[in-house]
Amino acid sequence: MTDYRQKYQMTPVVGWLLNDRGGMILLGILIAASILVPASNLLLPESSAFHVPTWMISLLGKYLCYALLALSVDLIWGFCGILSLGHGAFFALGGYAMGMYLMRQIGDRGVYGDPVLPDFMVFLNWQELPWYWYGFDMFWFAIVMAMFVPGLLAFVFGFLAFRSRVTGVYLSIITQAMTYALLLAFFRNDMGFGGNNGLTDFKDLLGYSLQSDGTRAGLFVASCVFLGICYVVARGITQSRLGKVLIAIRDAESRVRFTGYRVEYYKLFVFTVSAVMAGIAGALYVPQVGIINPGEFAPALSIEIVIWVAVGGRGTLYGAVLGAFIVNYAKTFFTGAMPDFWLFFLGGLFIAVTLFLPKGVIGAIPAFGAADRQSIITTWRKRLAERRANEGGKA
Amino acid sequence: MRNDMFSVLRRSPFLAQQSRKAFLCLGAFLVCLIVAVFALPERAMAYSDEELRNVSERLNVKSSTQKIAVIEEMAADGDPRVAPILRAMLDGNLYVRDSDEHVVITAKQGKVYSHIDIVSGEVIGESGSKEISKIKVNNRLRGVLRDALATLNLFSPDLAVRSNAVEQVMDARDPAMLPLLLRAIDREEDETLLARMELAKATMALAAGENTEERLAAIDVLASETTPQIRAVLSQFVASADAEGFEPEVVAAAKDALKSVEGRLSTWQTVGDVYRGISLGSVLLLAAVGLAITFGVMGVINMAHGEMIMIGAYTTFMVQQALGSILPSGSAWSLAISVPAAFLVAGAVGVVIERSVIRFLYGRPLETLLATWGVSLVLQQAIRTIFGATNQQVMAPDFMSGAVEFSTGLVLTYNRLWIILFSVIVVAGIAAVLRYTAFGLQMRAVTQNRRMAGSVGIRTGYVDALTFGLGSGIAGIAGVALSQISNVSPNLGQTYIIDSFMVVVFGGVGNLWGTVLGAFSLGIVNKFLEPVAGAVLAKIFVLIALILFIQKRPKGLFALKGRAVEA
Repeated sequence: MTDYRQKYQMTPVVGWLLNDRGGMILLGILIAASILVPASNLLLPESSAFHVPTWMISLLGKYLCYALLALSVDLIWGFCGILSLGHGAFFALGGYAMGMYLMRQIGDRGVYGDPVLPDFMVFLNWQELPWYWYGFDMFWFAIVMAMFVPGLLAFVFGFLAFRSRVTGVYLSIITQAMTYALLLAFFRNDMGFGGNNGLTDFKDLLGYSLQSDGTRAGLFVASCVFLGICYVVARGITQSRLGKVLIAIRDAESRVRFTGYRVEYYKLFVFTVSAVMAGIAGALYVPQVGIINPGEFAPALSIEIVIWVAVGGRGTLYGAVLGAFIVNYAKTFFTGAMPDFWLFFLGGLFIAVTLFLPKGVIGAIPAFGAADRQSIITTWRKRLAERRANEGGKA
Repeated sequence: MRNDMFSVLRRSPFLAQQSRKAFLCLGAFLVCLIVAVFALPERAMAYSDEELRNVSERLNVKSSTQKIAVIEEMAADGDPRVAPILRAMLDGNLYVRDSDEHVVITAKQGKVYSHIDIVSGEVIGESGSKEISKIKVNNRLRGVLRDALATLNLFSPDLAVRSNAVEQVMDARDPAMLPLLLRAIDREEDETLLARMELAKATMALAAGENTEERLAAIDVLASETTPQIRAVLSQFVASADAEGFEPEVVAAAKDALKSVEGRLSTWQTVGDVYRGISLGSVLLLAAVGLAITFGVMGVINMAHGEMIMIGAYTTFMVQQALGSILPSGSAWSLAISVPAAFLVAGAVGVVIERSVIRFLYGRPLETLLATWGVSLVLQQAIRTIFGATNQQVMAPDFMSGAVEFSTGLVLTYNRLWIILFSVIVVAGIAAVLRYTAFGLQMRAVTQNRRMAGSVGIRTGYVDALTFGLGSGIAGIAGVALSQISNVSPNLGQTYIIDSFMVVVFGGVGNLWGTVLGAFSLGIVNKFLEPVAGAVLAKIFVLIALILFIQKRPKGLFALKGRAVEA
């Protein structure tokens, strides 16, 4: 591959963008989609062969949010070796922040017609708005909170975990405990987040009806834009000097520490950034699907996010986006066509990807730098050889 | 039957208040006494046949107030034969024959009413609906009838009915029942029930007693008991003492009694919390102990561990179905057969998983985690496809149903007791296998130094497979026990997987005793938090505490020391 940076003597940013073939394709697709898809939905007549129906826009918008979530997981897992099994928690917190704004926007159009209190609070005989609901009638505040709350949780959680050097599997297990604790907490009616029904029945966003084609197209474009921005940010982080340290931490944490780097600060930074991205994904997700409930905190969903990344190709960023699209399209297809088969497929995918496709779909495509193209058999042989080597190392 | 003479004397003033025909009754009671003593000495019968007929016929009046007076008179007498009459009246089956003004209980068959004599209980004729008229009851009367029936049960010949009635009286604490209760105490012969009656008497005498001595005596009786009920009685009395103007020494004594009852109750509460904690801990231990082997000893993150428990539970179900034709349902034998069956089935599945998936992933814990999660999804869906998504019914054998109940409110259910015992046996068994068998020795050798173990001729791959099989099989055994207390559904494993990992991580990886201690301490902490914070919040607190605990001790309570940790 030509190194464009050397060839054209460009600024570093443009350089690492041009060096990234997958990223260029991804950004190209995102730009094209954000123009063509809404245009074909809004401008072309429904009879046209190129008309994209509104449900399709919502579906694609949902996939884009999942892709952003997968991107955030790949940033920490692929580049820093932090396997978070609780990233769904950050996603859901972002979603709740947006959901609270949308609840406040309902105003007196709810079933009980209370101008301030959401329906579920009237139903529970609450007299006034809890303090943590203040400010969520302002859009900017909700957006800030959708990033701040997941970021803060990740910062506190990461500070505690990384400082005391909780790594590997232990970290995965306590992230899972975190999202499980939040799941239980959000199921409680006393929390003031609508209990197990969550927040729903949204009416409009910034004055635009959520049901209209225009708003849906707008949300789709916003999802494309945020995915693009976050991709560039993530790519920037991984290509910077800081990114090199992250990769070093992934591969040999103790050695990096002994070299004099404060490993925990690097980890904390990237973990927090990743949580903020997940929060943005959640905030974009909620208006497009119209509901947020504690089910989003389920540990099983958080584990599923990891498989999106693994399927696409860990440590490539664009691979995570691809993986999210592949797995979620498969989910839509299977749950529609043969629901019984979906878990077989998903479970099989987990096994097959970890055994046969350690680099994911991207790694199997030669053009994307699959350095060692192998058949399945050679992969197995290599695994066994590695294991023997490991046995030696362990002893 | 004892002290009939006194009972009559005591009854008289009460009746004088209640009824306008007290003197007539007194005469009748003398007759009844003779009948009772000479004719039917073993039955506590207060009315003569004639008297019963007469008093019943007085129910045939228009005014509800008069009817109530008669009902209370009848109930106050305590004759067991009164109960069916009042019951019939309550049900609207008490009629008056127009021909001879006789009161009869009727049983309706089609359009024919057969008449049952209120005294003898025999059928004495039948008629259509026109020849008889109903003794009408309204809602007020129904209430009175129900109360009357409740007190009448105090005199029932059936011990169980009597003791039930005493509990009802104790719950109601209606001072008006006191005289009746006193009569019941006179007649009662069963010692246990007599004690309960004395207690019930004391609960009423506390407020309704006539003088200071009676009250103090009542407090004495109450102070010796330890039940939440008595605490309620005493605290209610203390709270109302000012308003009612009770004697200061009585109030002081009541306060002392309340304090001692509360003290003993809180001790029992603690005992109960510890027991419930141990019970929850034993469940956690059973769920986690298999994982302590696969994760703790082998270092394999087995997310399909919960599904091994599920497979064990379904094996129990299958064994019961298969043996259903041979053995009676809920037989202890089918459970006994389920234990080895579940071990073999889950163990075999474990060996297959190890040979086909996990062995390629040793040394890559995070990838093992993902692959075994995939396995768990496939197993869940397989079970769902085969058995359906609904819960399956697993029968509990007789020796596991029922409970020991203490009057202090502590209930020990047998299934929980058995599970505690079972978990102890399972852990002891595992410890013995690890310590005393050749396989256990090989297993420990392979974990400690794989290459050296291989060099001295241990087939390490073979030991890996068997170790994983052992962990899975034990999870299967846990499934047999857990099928008795939780729903056997495809989601069974999911409910235990996170808890299991918490227990193992808390206890410290690679240490069986850490797992035991971890399970019991998590269980007990959870149960102590529950009364304070509620079940869900308690669980959240425990999870947060665990997350913080891992910050302090990243390798659990009992961490392996030395280089082995870093491998």
